[in-house]
Amino acid sequence: MRNRKLTPYVLVLPAWTWLALFFVIPIGGMLSLSLTTGNVITGFQQTFEVGNYVNAIGTYWEQILRSLFYGGCATLVCIALGYPMAYWIAFKGGAYKTTYLLLLLLPFFVSFVLRTISWRFFLSDNGVALGPLKDLGLLPEGFAVLNTAPAVILGLAYNFLPFMVLPIYAVLERMDPHLVEASHDLYANRFRAFFHVILPVSLPGVFAGVLMTFIPTSADYVNAAVLGGTDNTMIGNVIRTQYLVNNNYPIAASITFVLMGLLLIGIFSYARALGTERVMEVHTS
Amino acid sequence: MSATFETTDRPVERKRSTPRIRRRTDWGRWYTWAVLAWLFAPIAFMIVFSFNDPAGRHNITWQGFTLRWYADAFAYRDLNEAMYNSVTIALLTMFVAGALGTLLGLALGRYDFRGKQLTNLVMFAAISAPEVVLGAALLSTFLMMNVTTGYWTTVIAHVMFCVSFVAITVRARVITLDPSLEEAARDLGAGSWTTFRLVTFPMLFPAIMAGGLLAFALSIDDYIITSFVSGDVTTFPLWIWGATRVGIPPQVNVMGTLLFAVGLVMAVVNIVAARRRA
Repeated sequence: MRNRKLTPYVLVLPAWTWLALFFVIPIGGMLSLSLTTGNVITGFQQTFEVGNYVNAIGTYWEQILRSLFYGGCATLVCIALGYPMAYWIAFKGGAYKTTYLLLLLLPFFVSFVLRTISWRFFLSDNGVALGPLKDLGLLPEGFAVLNTAPAVILGLAYNFLPFMVLPIYAVLERMDPHLVEASHDLYANRFRAFFHVILPVSLPGVFAGVLMTFIPTSADYVNAAVLGGTDNTMIGNVIRTQYLVNNNYPIAASITFVLMGLLLIGIFSYARALGTERVMEVHTS
Repeated sequence: MSATFETTDRPVERKRSTPRIRRRTDWGRWYTWAVLAWLFAPIAFMIVFSFNDPAGRHNITWQGFTLRWYADAFAYRDLNEAMYNSVTIALLTMFVAGALGTLLGLALGRYDFRGKQLTNLVMFAAISAPEVVLGAALLSTFLMMNVTTGYWTTVIAHVMFCVSFVAITVRARVITLDPSLEEAARDLGAGSWTTFRLVTFPMLFPAIMAGGLLAFALSIDDYIITSFVSGDVTTFPLWIWGATRVGIPPQVNVMGTLLFAVGLVMAVVNIVAARRRA
């Protein structure tokens, strides 16, 4: 190596070029598009029309709030289901830790859309799950799970559960078991040991898990479209429709930016509240 | 599905039969298995209904057993084409993102360079940005540049969102590499290329494989980004999405089951290989 100093730059160059061309610049491109006026036929002119944002928020504030609410609920469901599971696998899984983790990931070998549609069929009004219960008279004839808010929230939680379990598992698994023993030696009962020793250690994992579930769930549109019917549309559905069906690009781009902005504000205020400065480290390692 | 895995618990059960003063129900185990059952419910439904003989267009109530759909698995030409597109795009993504991500991971794990923080930030942003945002941004740019979306724009998008995952996987391995091995190779007269080829690369290979497979899995499963940038080209998830309105043919259950089986076999082989190495 004649010029060792250049090596890292040469190594980084191809990936950097790709990310710059197809990730960084497009975000700028979308920003520019969000400030244009026009339509598909006449073309879009750059007019720095900030009114697009006012328009977008004014029209779709309901979907925006609903998305954040559904994403938040799904994240809470993921914590409630995922934390005990991660805890049990990490501390009681013994020799079968990897097997349990594999079982957790196995359903995700089936494609995301197919999994969600499978839920739709499973839960359909007279399908395998509800049909027999209705025949037995245990449920009223008009009872439905599909096209309700809980169906969307549970669908979101279902599809993103591993993103909560794995980071929590990773921190608990690395935790020194002597810490728990020491707390017992100091007369902490199981609850105190949990709340004063285990929980604080596992918080970075929960933090990473919340990021990895809240962001994708609140921006998802597949679950809302497949399980939520027409009354539970989320902001993702609006973005998709505006881009791909209505071709109303300036509005579509501004809603996307509103969503991005809200998520960024959420992440930073959350990071400050929890005092975790190493958000990125937890997330990318 | 879960019943077959119950056998893995046997050693624990043996322990349970030894006399104990106080027997406490292991609620954590019940909880974990209950959540796993929930996770497997739609998959089990999908597999069982790949053997169903539905009367109408909707494959949602059990009518009778048949193997017809397995014999006719490739009856829909456009479905086959979608599957073919999905697999080739995933393979291309695996190789391109694998190569770019490996180089990036190597640089991040081994060198200090100007812009390293920025690189980490961009990777973090690319991983945590919602798919809708990535798809929308790319589509906006393609629209403004008058690029027609299709097969290659899909490949571009998939490589873009997979590169960081490969880089992280490779970086984790690079950090744990023992530098003295490469020094030894150099002491024995190997040039830097020979050292890389014969020492560094073989040691990194498991991580490169893992990263590449992750890219393959992410790519073949992707729906949201693909729906924005694929134009007229259809992939497997897009085809399923499009078919929901007219009713999903049982062939989709068959293909889902086959994909699941391939994943299962790969995972089991992986575990057995890991056990043997240990």
